[in-house]
Amino acid sequence: MVLSASDKANVKGVFGKIGGQAEEYGAETLERMFATYPQTKTYFPHFDLGKGSAQVKGHGKKVAAALVEAANHIDDIAGALSKLSDLHAQKLRVDPVNFKLLGQCFLVVVASHNPALLTPEVHASLDKFLCAVGTVLTAKYR
Amino acid sequence: MVHWSAEEKQLIAGVWGKVNVEECGAEALARLLIVYPWTQRFFSNFGNLSSPTAITGNPKVRAHGKKVLTSFGDAIKNLDNLKVTYSKLSELHCDKLHVDPENFRLLGDILIIVLAAHFTKDFTPACQATWQKLVGVVAHALAHKYH
Repeated sequence: MVLSASDKANVKGVFGKIGGQAEEYGAETLERMFATYPQTKTYFPHFDLGKGSAQVKGHGKKVAAALVEAANHIDDIAGALSKLSDLHAQKLRVDPVNFKLLGQCFLVVVASHNPALLTPEVHASLDKFLCAVGTVLTAKYR
Repeated sequence: MVHWSAEEKQLIAGVWGKVNVEECGAEALARLLIVYPWTQRFFSNFGNLSSPTAITGNPKVRAHGKKVLTSFGDAIKNLDNLKVTYSKLSELHCDKLHVDPENFRLLGDILIIVLAAHFTKDFTPACQATWQKLVGVVAHALAHKYH
């Protein structure tokens, strides 16, 4: 799966529009993921996952920052996320299936906050981008 | 059998009551064909699917989207009896239509996003969780008779 020029433009457009709200979107993405796919909570036994949790907000900020970084270096996502890819392979070892679940929740957050932004074309590009990020983060697993 | 709490049933009914089945169905199917273009393989007789604009405006896509979501409404009316309700439909999708059940999951995910865009902040995490469970259960029922 390859990101076309228009995919890249669409993704940059989304993150440009989201701007400073990315952190908030990250936190809400995690909140939705934990609610919708409870099995994802198994990766956070050390977290308070209650509503409004500062730890979830903090982690959401990190996740969002990584997505923003990938979007800003969209021509070389593997390079931009290389350290994060090492971390996921060596330490975190989050099962690959979960990146899809996170991606779905991020799309829901964007859709619910910015319905007009998520045209079918942008939806397709963003979905591809999120898949690409997941692929990079699991690339060194074996 | 899947258990639905009173709260879940409320979240389902509350959303469904406000859904325009024709519009929502058309949008969900169009987005499926646009976001996951390989799903177009089942619709070679639908005419022009050459671009997102063509797909969105395609009257056969709209009509079929309405049909699919109307059927979804049947599932909602028969939550406690889904496998039986969808028995014939499941056989049809396996024996005549030859649709990989993965496609039901893809359409379910797309439907969630369409609902999120429509209901915005009212599509709370609890709402999403319930509806994600629902689309999963519907997909499972549709795949149940596969052999």
